[in-house]
Amino acid sequence: MEIVVALRGAVAVLGRFPVLAGADLDVARGEILLLQGPNGAGKTSLLRALAGLLPVERGEAQVLGINVVAAREDVRHKVGLLGHTNGLYLDLTVRQNVAFWGAMVGADSTEIDAAMDRMKLSQRLSDVRASQLSAGQRRRCALASLIVRRAQLWLLDEPHAGLDAVGRDELDDTLREAVSAGATVVLASHEYERASKLATRVVTVDGGIVHGGTL
Amino acid sequence: MTSVRSSSRVVRSIARKDLLIEWNSRILTNQVAPFALVVMIMFAFALDNEGILQRVAPGLVWLATLFSMLVVVQRSFSVETSDGALDALRVAGVSPSGIFFGKSLALMVQLFVLQAILMAVALVLYNVEISAWGVVEALVTMVAATCGLGFVGTLYGGLAAGARGRETLLPLLLLPVVAPVLIGATRATEAAFGAAGTELSEGWSWIGLLAVFAVVFGAVGSIAFGPLVDE
Repeated sequence: MEIVVALRGAVAVLGRFPVLAGADLDVARGEILLLQGPNGAGKTSLLRALAGLLPVERGEAQVLGINVVAAREDVRHKVGLLGHTNGLYLDLTVRQNVAFWGAMVGADSTEIDAAMDRMKLSQRLSDVRASQLSAGQRRRCALASLIVRRAQLWLLDEPHAGLDAVGRDELDDTLREAVSAGATVVLASHEYERASKLATRVVTVDGGIVHGGTL
Repeated sequence: MTSVRSSSRVVRSIARKDLLIEWNSRILTNQVAPFALVVMIMFAFALDNEGILQRVAPGLVWLATLFSMLVVVQRSFSVETSDGALDALRVAGVSPSGIFFGKSLALMVQLFVLQAILMAVALVLYNVEISAWGVVEALVTMVAATCGLGFVGTLYGGLAAGARGRETLLPLLLLPVVAPVLIGATRATEAAFGAAGTELSEGWSWIGLLAVFAVVFGAVGSIAFGPLVDE
């Protein structure tokens, strides 16, 4: 079992408020880990710390073999964080958006086509501008960008928000597929019933501490 | 190893993406250029005297450029913030200097096209005569001034991007900083046009000033852009 995330006593502070208060967490490759907990528990902060956006000030934190306490910027190009926005260019078409992220890592058109195929974006949606997509289609376009960017660890904050029932089912299928293709997913969701069916493991975050996080 | 931080690739990708957005939306051709033309025509109405117009034509071209630039810079960053794309770039570890130079390059291309249109309009509308060497000097002036405006526009556009009231903040921040470009480019263009009895040779020192401005803001922007957009 390959561990891709290992936190021990991780402390992160926003202003003077400790958003992570000694978090311990292990995530194995191929897992879909659900973070559950009340608002303000530290779920988003945990995702941001794993993405190298929020500095871990004390404790140990290894993500994909990189020490994010010492070099958090180094992990950013290996992880994909999808928050409340999709990070799309609304005046570009779906294909142009995905191709833009592909160009950043030198992906060829085969890789771009494959990412769009996996998100079911290749047919009639390919040349549609992102501004004309539904919320679910925008999410799929954002996920295709993560695929083409070759992100190994997907960090998703409320990924089901704004999607209709069909869109949610499609997203769940997509995440299962991504995991079978080698990705690891950590998601925070308030929709416990749906997300817990999707997840391979559930941990609770409360007061900046992860309960039952270690393997 | 393939990395998103490969700088030249990032610069090309960002610049190409910004120009593609412009191509798709046609904001420059359908809104900014007509706005600049209206400004030029309003100046002509306000200074309805042939002798005066020919003398002040260089300054009017650059004033119209600066006003139009505000719209282009606002647009350049509104496409980044409308769905969190700039955040996504930073989250993905894309080098800030790559983003800075890529966006600057795209801005320079757009401003150069705009200036070419405005120069042509000034020659016709204000009845300005220009020699062949004057054309060369005007082109060099445009290139030097555009580089400076592209760098400083991107730097201050990034600074204002996350701020509340950014639409009104940007002109307030940007216009005082680009005053040296307005002065240098106007003087160099006066020399190119031969306005007010100036000689062609008088323009080159001003072009030197424009080049120094571009180099300074290119260097400062490549260092400062990351911390600014992170804030």
